[in-house]
Amino acid sequence: MTTSPAEPPAVELSGVGRTYPGGVTALQDVDLLIHRGELAAILGPSGSGKSTMLNLLGTLDRPTTGSVRIDGCDVSAMSDRELSALRAASIGFVFQQFHLSPGRSATENVADGLLYTGTRRRERLRRSAEALHRVGLGHRLDHAPHELSGGERQRVAIARAVVGEPVLLLADEPTGNLDSVSGASILELLVRLNAAGTTVLVITHDSGVARQLPRRIEIRDGRLVSDSAVPERVGSR
Amino acid sequence: MRVRRLSVADLARLGMVGLFARPLRVFLSALGIAIGIGAMLAVVGISASSTAELDRTLSRLGTNMLIVTPGKTLSGKNAELPAEATAMVSRIGPVEAVAATGRVPAYVYRNDHIAPGETNSIEVLAVDRDLPGTVRATVSAGSWLTPATVDYPAVVLGAVAAQRLDVRTPGTRVWLGGHWYAVQGVLAPVPLAPELDRAALVGWGAAREYAGFDGHPTTVYLRAVESQVEAVRGVLGRTANPQAPMEVGISRPSDALTAKRAADDTLTALLLGLSAVALLVGGVGVANTMVISVLERRSEIGLRRALGAKRSHVRIQFLNEALLLSALGGAGGVILGVLATGAYALSRGWPVVVPGWASAGGLGATLMIGALAGVYPAMRASRVAPAEALSAP
Repeated sequence: MTTSPAEPPAVELSGVGRTYPGGVTALQDVDLLIHRGELAAILGPSGSGKSTMLNLLGTLDRPTTGSVRIDGCDVSAMSDRELSALRAASIGFVFQQFHLSPGRSATENVADGLLYTGTRRRERLRRSAEALHRVGLGHRLDHAPHELSGGERQRVAIARAVVGEPVLLLADEPTGNLDSVSGASILELLVRLNAAGTTVLVITHDSGVARQLPRRIEIRDGRLVSDSAVPERVGSR
Repeated sequence: MRVRRLSVADLARLGMVGLFARPLRVFLSALGIAIGIGAMLAVVGISASSTAELDRTLSRLGTNMLIVTPGKTLSGKNAELPAEATAMVSRIGPVEAVAATGRVPAYVYRNDHIAPGETNSIEVLAVDRDLPGTVRATVSAGSWLTPATVDYPAVVLGAVAAQRLDVRTPGTRVWLGGHWYAVQGVLAPVPLAPELDRAALVGWGAAREYAGFDGHPTTVYLRAVESQVEAVRGVLGRTANPQAPMEVGISRPSDALTAKRAADDTLTALLLGLSAVALLVGGVGVANTMVISVLERRSEIGLRRALGAKRSHVRIQFLNEALLLSALGGAGGVILGVLATGAYALSRGWPVVVPGWASAGGLGATLMIGALAGVYPAMRASRVAPAEALSAP
C-alpha cells in the first residue's frame, strides 16, 4: 500500500448490497477499493445497478448490507445532517442532465457548489470564477445556461462539482447528452482534472467511454463482474 | 463537522431566485394575498376616516346641545310648553345659550295662486333671533332676521324649504298665512337640527301679529357647559314646565350621530370578516403555489441535497419563499388599501385616516399566513429523497 494512513482511500465498499422496498435487489455483495487520485469507469448496461451504485457512492442513499466508506467516513454510522456535510465538503456530482439553474449566470451556478459549505459569498464568487477558468470557460462567466452549448453547460456543471475541491468527483453519464466532439472534450477535461489530483469516477453504459479510462469496473445484474485493476497494483498511478 | 449556516442575505437571495423564476405565478398568488389585505385595510381605513369625519363634525357642532320639546299629557293629548319656558330655562346656571321655535298655524306658498293643500310639508316656525347662535346655523344667502325685521313680515327659509319653494333670491315675496312676506335669507343645512331645514322661519313678534301664533314654544334649543350637560338635563323638565315636568321631552341630537356611528361599527365588523375570508383564500393560493413548486422542483431539491444542503436548508428555503411571496402580497395589499381608502375618503371630502395598527397588523397577518401556507410544502420538500429526486427528468 502506497497510501499513507493519514490519507484514507476515497472509496471503500465491503459486502455492499442494496435491496429496495418490495424486494428488488439492485446491488449485491460488492467489494471495491478506490484510492485517492484514481480515474475509473463504472460500466454497466441500464438496469445493472449503476444508478444505485452512484447513489451509494454519493451518500444519497444507504446500503441495506455491508459498509460504505467515503474518504474514511462510514456512511451507515452518519446522520442525514452529517452526510450532507460530507457531500458538501468531499463529493462533487456531475449529471447527465447538467441540472443548472436557469436564468442565472455560470458564475452564480458554480458558486452554488459552495453555498452549503458555509463559505462567504464574495469568496464563493471568486472561487467560482477560478473554477470556470480551470474548465476553460473563462470567457463565459456571465452567460446564462441557455446561452451556452451542451458541452459548455456540462463544463459549468463540472466546475460546480470541483469548485469545492472534493476528494471524489462522481460523473453520471457525463457525455450522455452530448455529441461525440463535445463528449470527447468533456472526457479530456475529466482526465485533466484527475491529473491535477482529483479522484474521478465516471459511471457509464458506454464501453467506448470506459475504454479511454485507466481502470474499468464492470457491473451486471447488481454484481461486480470484472475490475481491470488488480487491487495490489492500483496504488501507483 | 462544522456548523454550516446560510447567511440571511444568502437565504433572501435563494428565496428571490426561486420566486422570480416564475414571475407570473408569483404575481397572481401574491395578488390573492394583496386583495385580502387591501380589502381589510380599506374597510378599516374607510370606517376610521368616517369616524374622523364624524368627530370633526361633532367638534364643530358641539355635543353640548339639548332640545326640549313638549311631550304628551297623561291623557295622551299633545302637551304644551308654557310661554315662559325659554326664559326659565335660560336661568339655569350652566346654560350658555337658549333659543326657541314655536309652531305657527299657517302655511307658506310660493304665491297666492297656489292651492291651499300644496303646502310642500313646510312648517312655519316662530323663532328667536338667538337661534343661529344656539344651533350653529349659518345663512347661505341673504341675512338672518335683524332687530328691524323680526317684528315685520319677513321670512328666512331653511335649505330644503327654499328648494321646495324654488326661492333662492332674497327679496322675493312668498305668501304666508294670508300675507306677503319678504324672503330675507336662506339657511345652510343645520346638521344638529334638521327640522329647521324644512321650515320657514319668521320673527316671534311678527308671528303673533300676523299669523295667529299663540306664543308657546314647541322646541327649546339650549347649550350647556360641556361638563354639566347631564346635570342640566336632570333639572330641565322641572324648569321648562314646573306644573307638569313629566310632559317634557328632552333629547341630545349629538347622541343620534353617535348612535349612527355604532351602527356603522357593526357593518364594519361584518365587512372585516368578509375580507378576512378573502385573505384566507389568498393564503390557500400561496400554499397551493408552494405545493406545486415543490413538485416541479424535485430535481432542484435533489441537486441541492447533492451539493450538500441539509434537510433544514431545503425546508428553510421553501418556507422562506412562501414568506417572501406573502410579504410581497401584503405590501401590495397595504398600498391597495391605502389607495382605496384615500380615493373613497377624498371623494366624500373626509379626512384620510389609515390606522397604523391596521397596516402593521395586516403585514403581520400576511407573514403568519405565509408561514402557515409554507410549512407543509417546506416539510414535503425537505423529505424528498435526493436519489429519487435526481432521477426525475
